Amino acid sequence: MRVWPVAAPRTLWDTWVPAMSAPAAFSSSSAAFLAGLKTALTSVFALVLAGTYIGIGALTHDFGLSSWWLAISTALVWAAPAQVILITTLTSGAALFEIALAVTLSAVRLFPMVVALMPVLRGPTTRLRDLLLPTHFTAVSMWVESLRLLPRIAHQWRIPFCNGMSCGYMTTAVVFGFVGFYLAAGLPALLAGGLLFLTPMSFLMSTARNARMMVDRLGLVFGLVIGPLLTVLDVGLDLMWTGIVGGTLAYVIHRAREAMT
Amino acid sequence: MNAVLNELWPYFLMILVGYLPNEVWRVFGLILARGLNEESEVVVWSRAVATAILAGVIAKLVLFSTGALAAVPLPIRILATAVGFIVFLGAKRSVFAGVFAGEVALLLGAFLFAG
Repeated sequence: MRVWPVAAPRTLWDTWVPAMSAPAAFSSSSAAFLAGLKTALTSVFALVLAGTYIGIGALTHDFGLSSWWLAISTALVWAAPAQVILITTLTSGAALFEIALAVTLSAVRLFPMVVALMPVLRGPTTRLRDLLLPTHFTAVSMWVESLRLLPRIAHQWRIPFCNGMSCGYMTTAVVFGFVGFYLAAGLPALLAGGLLFLTPMSFLMSTARNARMMVDRLGLVFGLVIGPLLTVLDVGLDLMWTGIVGGTLAYVIHRAREAMT
Repeated sequence: MNAVLNELWPYFLMILVGYLPNEVWRVFGLILARGLNEESEVVVWSRAVATAILAGVIAKLVLFSTGALAAVPLPIRILATAVGFIVFLGAKRSVFAGVFAGEVALLLGAFLFAG
């Protein structure tokens, strides 16, 4: 029996197959893994990752690090903001403690992402070690797509599907890191600016698309306002406070609205 | 020996001040997420916090750009973001359409007004 129920986006234009009533199932873990891989490689995020990592590859070249260093950091760190901080500070003579602090602050967002993702991945028979790989793979693109797609898949196939998808994204990032590294010399300034613009654009719209509940939309709006405000006011640990203040404010309003109805 | 050390030094630093301070939050999340379900209040709050942090990063990337993007004037960056978002909403929330429109607006604006 051929089982191909996962509604992988049919075109890059994100035409979406309406949610199915029954959760999707696969014949084996490898089938689920391959479906995840295919979903990743045909999704708009693969394109966005390619653009983002072309930019980071160029940056790596400019700061005198090697292309293999970038490839390994993509696999190990697997977070574009942290990698950009690393690349720009490592060779600048900044104190190691300062670099580690900046990286860890940029990574705080991963914590609530993992907390929100694990209950979606975990089934009644899931072992802790099965969750180690998805935990490491957690990053914006994978998180956004997992929360969107996994609820439509039967529980036992969610982890292999998620791992396949993550491998697809990571491979894309590594490959285009190399591409950017070797393009760096010839990249005109205007196009380089356009590549750097890809990251905020794609993050903004993918987050907005994923924010179906009022609490998520409020979090998005508050973060957009509070983030720059704290930067202008020169508040230390600004991203952490943006999250705590903006997210809590959104949550409190959401609870108050629920209490009224 | 020294040459080998010099070769490996950037990799050692990557793990020490890159991988570890980054990964620690994922591991915390895994430990803390045990016993929670998708609808629990802590998960809803966590998602709101993660969304707000991400939104903060987005806004900072557009408003306080670095590198080649800083060469594009701020009003053009803001306008291009708005164009992209409006197209995104108009095109049934298509990320691809929105990003594409935003990029075109940015490159056109930079080409016409900054070049």
